[in-house]
Amino acid sequence: MTPHDEPPRNPIAPTAAIPCATGRDQTVQFLEMKGITKRFPGVLANDHVDFQVRSGEIHALLGENGAGKTTLMRILYGLYQPDEGKIAINGKAVTIRSPREATALGISMVHQHFMLVPPLTVAENVILGLKSTREPWLNLGEAQERIAELGRCYGLRVDPRARVWQLSVGEQQRVEIIKALYRRAELLILDEPTAVLTPQEVQEFFTILRQMARQGQAIIFISHKLHEVTALSDRVTVLRDGQVVGTMLTSATDRQRLAQMMVGREISFQRYKDPVNKGEVALELQGVWAQGDKGLPALKGVSLTVSQGEILGLAGVAGNGQRELAEVIAGLRPATQGKVVVGQKDVTNRSPAEIIAQGMSYVPEERMRVGTIVDFSVAENAILETHGQAPLARGWFLDYQAIGRYAEKLIADFDVKTPSQDTPVRHLSGGNVQKLILARELSRSPRLLVAAQPTRGLDVGATEYIQKRLVEQRSKGTAILLISEDLDEVLALSDRVAVMYEGQVVGVMPTSEASVEELGLLMAGVKKQLPA
Amino acid sequence: MVTSWLKERPLLNDMLVSLLAVFAAFVVGAGLLVLAGADPLVAYRPLLLGAFSSRYGITETLVKATPLLLVGLGIAVAFRGGILNIGAEGQLIVGTIATTWVVLAFKGLPGPLLLLLALAAGFLGGALWGAVPGVLKAKIGANEILITIMMNQIAALLLGFLIRGPMIDAEEVAYGTGYPQSALIPEGSWLLRLPQTRLHAGLLLALLAAFLVYVFLWRTTLGYQIRVVGTNPQAARYGGISVARNLIIATCISSGLAGLAGMIEVTGVHHRLLDGISAGYGFTAIVVALFGKLHPLGIIPASFLFGALLVGADMMQRTVGIPAGLVNSIQGLVVVFVVSTEIWQRRRA
Ligand SMILES: Nc1ncnc2c1ncn2[C@@H]1O[C@H](COP(=O)(O)OP(=O)(O)O)[C@@H](O)[C@H]1O
Ligand SMILES: [Mg+2]
Repeated sequence: MTPHDEPPRNPIAPTAAIPCATGRDQTVQFLEMKGITKRFPGVLANDHVDFQVRSGEIHALLGENGAGKTTLMRILYGLYQPDEGKIAINGKAVTIRSPREATALGISMVHQHFMLVPPLTVAENVILGLKSTREPWLNLGEAQERIAELGRCYGLRVDPRARVWQLSVGEQQRVEIIKALYRRAELLILDEPTAVLTPQEVQEFFTILRQMARQGQAIIFISHKLHEVTALSDRVTVLRDGQVVGTMLTSATDRQRLAQMMVGREISFQRYKDPVNKGEVALELQGVWAQGDKGLPALKGVSLTVSQGEILGLAGVAGNGQRELAEVIAGLRPATQGKVVVGQKDVTNRSPAEIIAQGMSYVPEERMRVGTIVDFSVAENAILETHGQAPLARGWFLDYQAIGRYAEKLIADFDVKTPSQDTPVRHLSGGNVQKLILARELSRSPRLLVAAQPTRGLDVGATEYIQKRLVEQRSKGTAILLISEDLDEVLALSDRVAVMYEGQVVGVMPTSEASVEELGLLMAGVKKQLPA
Repeated sequence: MVTSWLKERPLLNDMLVSLLAVFAAFVVGAGLLVLAGADPLVAYRPLLLGAFSSRYGITETLVKATPLLLVGLGIAVAFRGGILNIGAEGQLIVGTIATTWVVLAFKGLPGPLLLLLALAAGFLGGALWGAVPGVLKAKIGANEILITIMMNQIAALLLGFLIRGPMIDAEEVAYGTGYPQSALIPEGSWLLRLPQTRLHAGLLLALLAAFLVYVFLWRTTLGYQIRVVGTNPQAARYGGISVARNLIIATCISSGLAGLAGMIEVTGVHHRLLDGISAGYGFTAIVVALFGKLHPLGIIPASFLFGALLVGADMMQRTVGIPAGLVNSIQGLVVVFVVSTEIWQRRRA
């Protein structure tokens, strides 16, 4: 007997009148996690986390990238085992060893990447893996009816007979939620669910979630977007560096306070002392627009300049156009409007080769997918842009001796730890791959370096090394555009800071005049710097 | 353990795995034979030994290995550039047409010059035929598999039309026999043969091509670019390497090599155009290229192996009356096993 078959303890409304009402008691603690600790090699992802969820509440889990949100939820869903800590459901201690066990306890998780089978219909997807009521036949008709009913109750409009490949991303997300509800989930975990939605879809989605909560459903909503958290949730728990900073009623706080809690750690303002020695403008963007991967505008009129000898740090929450901006500068994404000037030359929508020839170097965010060819050797990766130039090539032929010497030099100069220069890059650690990319990009003595998330996911040693090399390169006169979600990094390395929010630069200031609070507000879109 | 010992010897490991794939294909093939009511042991004897049992078998194996080697090299170049060239059959046919046409048109020229012309015509004919899907893929992202398959059909029909119409042998018309074939090409343009056999100098040309393809892919800047584009097009774009340009170059070289195989079939074996001149080499060569791990050093032995299988299949058909088509099934099974062992090994790595 599942908990749903029990008579409602404290019904909100007569179950008969609203067939979808679960009649769950909204004051009851559904979930309690206590002292949850999870270590990964070199990281403490969750550090004695306490976390509770009541039935019928939308509880936001807020935190920067890497704060440990996903890890906590994976523990709850049985994908990871905690190193320490206890979980209780409805006051009873439980051990959750697998997603199957989590489902049996009434916990469902909607992953960032949907787990649907595109050629099957919505109804077929929903009943996938469930026992039919009339084995060996499928109970498709019954399923379709229940899906339609769930749709009516919660505003989850989807045609049960439609094939999944025909659905928009927003509709597919609804199918995932229906799947969870169909399995009588009492607690729904949504990991950054709005990342894939358009603003209109987000509004519709929030309406659905509120409706579900009113019916007694417990929802954990994971996000790093403040305005979503304040718009949707009843309570919010802020995670930072694997620890809970606090849990409070959303109505009793505001975006400003949340921003502080989210990013406001003690910042070591170990600024690099040698003063800026600004040279010529190396990069100038004038009103640049560009589309994101989904065809929506990702850049909406970005203007900025970076001069030789300075680091401009570009801060912002992920997904506000930083990646697209880097790609437009590198010639990998067309600008639909505006102008990109590198050196003195207008390179708007020119080929990457032409922009590279203008002295642009680029350390891309995706080092294994874009920055390197992982099946190629270290040496072959070292010559990606320069393989056609003397002394690496003589005429049409590669000079492997010269290439070998060149690779050796990069390996030595940048302390790349690799068994040999013939080792495939696949076998290198993340830090060493990044050192190799940086070595390759800096060896061209660039006029401009665009470095996107250059230290993300690296260990402390590699991070420090990369940061040190960036500052050195700035002192050598290279203009550096440092794109980073790590505010500490931006503040520590940059001479000036710019903040991006929803495809626009919402503020630029000298680092000496920047405060974490102000940057946090700009990043959260609460505030916009007035044009000076 | 054996596996870890082998892991440190990747070449030996690859060879063993490949041989196992062939063995497995034969085992499953034996099942097919039993289903067809034949005795596998009786059938496999001529299939396996036919190629080595006589001077004829050995030289015929090399005759068949020659086009397989050339086309296989071409398919490897395309694969390395990220293109699945299923159109080698058509490109080879266009190579035979271009060769025959040029040699007949300039038959007054001295032999060596004529051969050089034929070489250029065969390569260019194939390359132009392959350029169509190459350009379409590079410029509008069209699926090269579909287009090359369709162009195979067009090439085969074009050949059929030419040898029944514009290029039909004048003597066939004069005698009223009307057999669909072109005129014989002048003897000066025939490739040198080993006496009493069909083994011709084209084999040396194919081996030379294998060496050149190796140098091209691993020692030239263009070869490097093609490999980057084929392995990681995103990294290529990022590094300033033009994906479109290299896709087109890779398909043209690939299809040029298939056209060259066509040239060699005309000047070395048939000395004229006729129906079915290709014998499906364009498809078998895909298996050859995959089996040879897309590397010239692997493709050379692979082409010999599959050449031997084709000869053995003929013998099997003649001596025990089992259709040579069975070899197609075995080839297919080899592909399945080679590809699946590859996936399996990659998973474990
Ligand atoms: N499977 C894993 N192995 C090693 N480290 C991990 C793993 N999953 C997460 N981490 C690390 O744990 C930390 C928290 O990650 P995560 O829970 O994904 O954060 P969030 O979801 O808040 O962005 C990060 O430093 C991340 O690199
Ligand atoms: Mg996460």
